[in-house]
Amino acid sequence: MNKKVKTNFNLKHWLPFYLMFAPGFLYLLINNYIPLYGMQLAFKSFSYKKGIAGSRWIGLKNFKFLFATSDAFIMIRNTLLYNLLWIFVGMVFGVTVAILFNEIRNKAAKQFYQTAILLPYLMSMVVVAYLVYAYLAGDTGLINNAIVKGLMGKKDGIKWYSDPKYWPFILTFVQQWKQIGFGMLLYLASLLGIDTSFYEAAMLDGASKWQQIRYITLPLLKPTILMLVILSLGQIFRSDFGLFYQVPMNQGSLYSTTQTIDTYVYRALLENNNVGMSAAASFLQSIVGFIFIMAANKIVRHFDENSSLF
Amino acid sequence: MVSRDQKNWQIAAHIVMIILAALAILPFILLVVASFTQEDVALKYGYSYFPKAFSLEAYKYIGQNASTFVRAYGMTIIVTLFGTVGAIVLTALTGYVLSKRNLPGVKVMNLYVIFTMLFNGGLVATYISYVTIFHIKNTVFALIVPALLMNAFNIMLVRNYFEHSIPEEIYESARIDGASEMTIFFKLVLPLSVPILATIGLMSGIAYWNDWQNALYYIDDKQLYTIQAVLNSINASISALASLGGTSAGVSAANLPSTTIRMAVAVVGILPILCIYPFFQKYFAAGLMAGSVKG
Repeated sequence: MNKKVKTNFNLKHWLPFYLMFAPGFLYLLINNYIPLYGMQLAFKSFSYKKGIAGSRWIGLKNFKFLFATSDAFIMIRNTLLYNLLWIFVGMVFGVTVAILFNEIRNKAAKQFYQTAILLPYLMSMVVVAYLVYAYLAGDTGLINNAIVKGLMGKKDGIKWYSDPKYWPFILTFVQQWKQIGFGMLLYLASLLGIDTSFYEAAMLDGASKWQQIRYITLPLLKPTILMLVILSLGQIFRSDFGLFYQVPMNQGSLYSTTQTIDTYVYRALLENNNVGMSAAASFLQSIVGFIFIMAANKIVRHFDENSSLF
Repeated sequence: MVSRDQKNWQIAAHIVMIILAALAILPFILLVVASFTQEDVALKYGYSYFPKAFSLEAYKYIGQNASTFVRAYGMTIIVTLFGTVGAIVLTALTGYVLSKRNLPGVKVMNLYVIFTMLFNGGLVATYISYVTIFHIKNTVFALIVPALLMNAFNIMLVRNYFEHSIPEEIYESARIDGASEMTIFFKLVLPLSVPILATIGLMSGIAYWNDWQNALYYIDDKQLYTIQAVLNSINASISALASLGGTSAGVSAANLPSTTIRMAVAVVGILPILCIYPFFQKYFAAGLMAGSVKG
């Protein structure tokens, strides 16, 4: 049957499908494929007047300039370290909260908790930046006024927005605060898939709740955990632009702990008009990111065909 | 029969969830209270859950500049509407075609879509091509087209839905009745796939409503600002409010009750979504779960 269709290609039958595919094809062409042509800018001295094709080739100069600055090291270090930390922290919190949430029997309470902890995930990073500002603003922030000056009795507040040393903690907190609801849902899906008869049998044998979690839940969650961790490792060269750009309020003095590849690329491109170095960093991110994603997928496929991206 | 051990776990679970729920909600309460705080009180004692004096001055100021916010909401609604409808139609069409496993060339077409998940040209290449080839800067298309209109994940979600949830016999019987493929798609396939398309619509709608990045990259013209773009520009500089137009021409940035206005603006920005959120939260969670478990 399949063979017959292939040998007698029936254009009249299939044409409508190709037409239906056309809009999507066109969109991906514009949004994803034509930009690939623009990647040559990493090796060119770009001028808006001359356009992509007309700009002069300059070989690896953009990369040389980029790596001559300390920015290159800082942004790559920050991107990798934050990702590694958050993959780990997010996994631990996600699993813990999902297990606890799953213990709750009261439906109304469950509904309320889920609604509440998903709320931050619904908000844009701009709004999150406002919320964080209400707590951390140097002169009017709640933490400085109520806690640092109030409870701790210090005369001056802490200058949160100009001292980079606080930001690894602040960003981690904000990131987890925003993501935890989503992280919980990720693991909840597979928790709900666990056969309840395992637990019933364990309880008949007198296993405590902790023993059930330790010897039933966690081992059965392990494949999901592994999959999600590996897939996030594939994204390790990318960062959440909004989080790193909005939440520290675009403060230059914080760059040593808040600059990532994505914020650097944006700033060099649109704030400092340094298209060359920006293009070089962006190019590097694309290529290395691709390698990481392919590797992660390959590993995931090795464990479980259905969980890989393709 | 509930054992003591089980009961303790339940209590622990409730305690942890209450703490997390409080952490999630409290910042929003602070935002609202801060926006109703009297300016000089906020300046002297900072933002507080229990301010010494309340005031509506921040909202009065927003009222005087209502045109800015009305316009921005208008833009947000237009962009969200067109973007979401566009996203649903494009994703449904593309996903449907890819679900036809014996369509000649479908493997290549799949690869064409999947490759976009794996490789990304990056901001610079994307930005420069949109700006120099498609001249999208300062047009409404810049708010709708880049990045948000369609993505490979959603296409795969729809494709899998069509493959697993709609039996092939339905198509066959329609074809025997003489229906064209377009008729089958619009009259048969779309109605049968309402659940998955509603999910994609909801998630796209939220993405458009929340988007500020496209405006940051491509829009300088304040007439085209969405509500998120307004929030972003005020965050960058409170004096932006005065320059946004409206009736504020005579007000200098120095006279603004800026400490509380900042918070009031944020409240105006999130209030609509905050009000309807409890009603769509179930679908929001379901949409997130659908996206998380591929296939």
